[in-house]
Amino acid sequence: VIASILAQGSDWIRPDVDWHALAPELVLIVGINLVLLIDLWLEESKKWMMGALAGFVMLGAFIPVVTLAVVGDTPVRSMFFDRYVVDEYALILKALFLLVGYVIVLMSQTELEEGGYYQGEFYVLLLVSVLGMVMMASSRDLVSVFVALELLSIPAYMMAAWRKRDPKSNEAGVKYYLLGVFASGVLLFGMSYLYGTTGSTKLTDIGTSLSENPISAMQVIGVVFVIVGFGFKVSAVPFHTWAPDTYEGAPLPVTAFLSVASKAAGFVGLITMLFLALYAADGVYEPFIWVLAALTMTVGNLLALRQTNIVRLLAYSSVSQGGFILMPLAVIASGDAADPALKSVVIYLLIYAFSNLGAFAVIMAVSRKTGSGEISSFGGLLSYAPVHAMLMTLFLASLTGIPPFGIWIAKLQAFKTLLDAGDSAAYVLAIVAAVNTVISAAYYMKVLREMWMKPVPDGDIAPIRTPQPIWAALGICAAGTIVLGILPGLVLRFADLRDLTGAFGP
Amino acid sequence: MEVLTNDNWLLTVGTFLPLVGVLFMMFTPGSEERLQKQIAIVTAGATTLVGVFTLIQFDYGQSAKLQFFVDETWISVIKSNYTIGLDGISLPLYFLSMVVTFLVAIYTWDNMPDIGNPKAFLMLMLVLQVGMAGSFIAQDLILFFVFFELVLLPMYFMIGVWGGEDRQYASLKFFLYTMFGSALMLVAFLALFFQAGAESFGFEYLMTNGALIDKDVQIWIFAGMFIGFAVKVPMFPFHTWLPDAHTQAPTQGSVILAAILLKLGTYGFVRIALPMLPQGAKAWAPVIGILAVIGIIYGALGCLAQTDMKRLIAFSSVAHMGFVMLGISTLTDLGINAALFGMVAHGLITGMLFFVAGSVKHRYHTLEIKRLSGMLIQMPKMGWILGFCAMASLGLPGLAGFWGEFPAILSAYSPGFGLSETLFRTLMVIAAIGTVLAAGYLLWLYQRTAFGEPNPEFMSHGEPAHSLSAAANDDHAHDGHGDDIHDVSVVEWIAWSPFLIAIVVFGVYPQLMFKVMDPAVTQLVERVGAGIP
Repeated sequence: VIASILAQGSDWIRPDVDWHALAPELVLIVGINLVLLIDLWLEESKKWMMGALAGFVMLGAFIPVVTLAVVGDTPVRSMFFDRYVVDEYALILKALFLLVGYVIVLMSQTELEEGGYYQGEFYVLLLVSVLGMVMMASSRDLVSVFVALELLSIPAYMMAAWRKRDPKSNEAGVKYYLLGVFASGVLLFGMSYLYGTTGSTKLTDIGTSLSENPISAMQVIGVVFVIVGFGFKVSAVPFHTWAPDTYEGAPLPVTAFLSVASKAAGFVGLITMLFLALYAADGVYEPFIWVLAALTMTVGNLLALRQTNIVRLLAYSSVSQGGFILMPLAVIASGDAADPALKSVVIYLLIYAFSNLGAFAVIMAVSRKTGSGEISSFGGLLSYAPVHAMLMTLFLASLTGIPPFGIWIAKLQAFKTLLDAGDSAAYVLAIVAAVNTVISAAYYMKVLREMWMKPVPDGDIAPIRTPQPIWAALGICAAGTIVLGILPGLVLRFADLRDLTGAFGP
Repeated sequence: MEVLTNDNWLLTVGTFLPLVGVLFMMFTPGSEERLQKQIAIVTAGATTLVGVFTLIQFDYGQSAKLQFFVDETWISVIKSNYTIGLDGISLPLYFLSMVVTFLVAIYTWDNMPDIGNPKAFLMLMLVLQVGMAGSFIAQDLILFFVFFELVLLPMYFMIGVWGGEDRQYASLKFFLYTMFGSALMLVAFLALFFQAGAESFGFEYLMTNGALIDKDVQIWIFAGMFIGFAVKVPMFPFHTWLPDAHTQAPTQGSVILAAILLKLGTYGFVRIALPMLPQGAKAWAPVIGILAVIGIIYGALGCLAQTDMKRLIAFSSVAHMGFVMLGISTLTDLGINAALFGMVAHGLITGMLFFVAGSVKHRYHTLEIKRLSGMLIQMPKMGWILGFCAMASLGLPGLAGFWGEFPAILSAYSPGFGLSETLFRTLMVIAAIGTVLAAGYLLWLYQRTAFGEPNPEFMSHGEPAHSLSAAANDDHAHDGHGDDIHDVSVVEWIAWSPFLIAIVVFGVYPQLMFKVMDPAVTQLVERVGAGIP
């Protein structure tokens, strides 16, 4: 039987492997094994070295990303029959994931050491998850997209439950796991319909097939399920219900990781699917994403207004920010909006990463002293920790979208994309987004007011002692938020439509 | 070097120099309060010196042209450039912002609000200065927007942290109003950009192509900008944040708010809304005129009802900005000249009034008009200064205020571009009545606070004053007075005399400013006219 199956297959062709293009992934794989092995032989008192090692692995993987960018991508570096592509789009996102990974390592070090958690294992999982994200940026095939998604998700389920004696952390892990697995099922189901009706797992083939033939009912179901599957990952309303509980319960560095990197990876998967495979089904996904985006930003904001816990507030704010990121994707097939939409989503992800990570880093630093996650614990922060207060102000102002800090330019680009699309649905969405910007200002201001204008709640004005790695993380995030806000040209030149090879058909 | 001979660097240096001071202050410990204040004053002084140098270098023969012009690539993807330049319209306001910040910084030397923390306070003030100066030199819509928004947070914190009793309410109101205005303004900017052909955000491009947009579309876009700028001015009915913000803000905040921030709105009308959307401007001019005059009367009546001196001055701001907007709404050379003059004059006079109010509050710990009296006996110099400013504010000829109000009223007699003469002449009459009301409330204020016998409550050096001042014992260490009530101090003289001198100089010789502004204004009105078929 096996022989007859083998006989049906075509001859084995050895795929071309471009080792340079694969170098970031290879460095990560080697690093993962190193961390795993060294951890076995390291005595308990020296476990702190694992964090440093993991950081070096992230930076090591960054080097080939830079060299690849310098060398350029003509001709496009594509492997495995165009199913794994390293184009400029992939490179900028790989750089993002590795940088975020590095900042998360910095944030994790003291948390893990002081909490007495397993350090080596944690960094292995973190590196595996980042490897999944790095692969996601290059995946151009249903199978590799799915594999990358699972590779980045499964370690994250475990990391969310890392504080294993804390019921909240367990709740976080279980909720994230159950809904994540459910989402994977939904996604896989949708993908199977797409594969079944088009006969290929390669995204560009699916795209060609969908654009040449009328969309069938099964394909509609496939498209919808794929978007729903990614909707869970990017915590779009109404698929966001896991996010606040998971964010609140998980250790803070993991929360930061989930709200930035994991969300970004979900968006990357969604973009790749939309631009390469589903673009012709605009009648299906445009209204669907329109509704998702409007709901996500509005519901996220309204729920954020009611929060008294700072982590939950940031959780809902990140849901709402997801709506803004999603917004331009609702118009990619209208007018000339495809190019600005891609740019808008990518730069939003880049800048949002700095500001949101920074906000979490400040929360970590402050909660080390106050031991509380309530917004009121930030009272009077300016009087005893002015630098922390200033940095938090910077990050929250950026998240609000106040120039000249970071996210304003991403928001502007998103608005501009909608106006570029120029149909009335886009205008309505722009108005919804404008109203939401003002609403979001109200709850970000709540935190600012607490820090600047309220008295210190317990009168304890001993200064905050912040460990070096967190300072480093804060420095990176603050520099990114300020520099990208003032000179957005640094990132705006990335992510042109032509950087994403094969977008909207060949 | 070409750049040097054109002095292209001058505006950039003048605008961003305060940030250098902010950096120095950041790395100086907050406990070194004197050093912090010194750095701030030196920085603001250096900025003002750059401003003076700009005044010297400015070619007054060609004040209609943009000078010190720079056009560098900034965000090429969204077609926005770092375009800056200065012409006769911007120059007075640009320089005023520098001087006001400098003098306010000097004033802070002795008059830090009770909350303390001069480090954060002065850093915010310097950042504010960057935003204000930048708004007046920006020649690109996105750049303008960034500078315009840069002032938002520092002012919010200044009011909210160092303000009076209701500071949090007032600051939030200020923030949300302005944010709402900005959101609409940004949408209008983007709409204008796309309608004009989406080639550039530069002012020049938008003026040329914006005028070609369909009339109906222009009216809609103008509506968005109108709300954005009108909140900032503030015009009736968007003014309700102003009395709260002014009353609660610390003296320094009030002065900067009155002297510069409000002008960002009126400047926006003159520089952006009018020339880029001429037909929209013409359609909206009657509405602006009517709201302006309502503002004049409403502000004056509001003043008559106030029991708090600072709140009264705040309401008088609403009235004065009404005159400015009336001048703008006539779309004439004379009206816009008057408006620009009025902006500077109001900045000087009302800024000065807020200074006096702050110092009165500092001494008496109250601004309740009922409780104040006999200032001329107790503090003759302060009393005279208050009287002088009140006279200037009510538009006494010979002082700066007159040249803002009178030509504005005059210009309404014959509005430009076929605007209804009946309407504007009616407005003119009502506005003229407003000046009478202004004389009424200001003289009444002066009579109640400065004349008569001093309130016995503040006469004795006994218990009440001391128990009240216990909260502010910090100040005692500085001025070394056993009681609170003393006449104008040296620091106050230094901070105030430039204002007082300027009020007289511009009052006696208004041509000094008119001749700088007029060529630029004439050109602007011509552009507006060219866009109206």
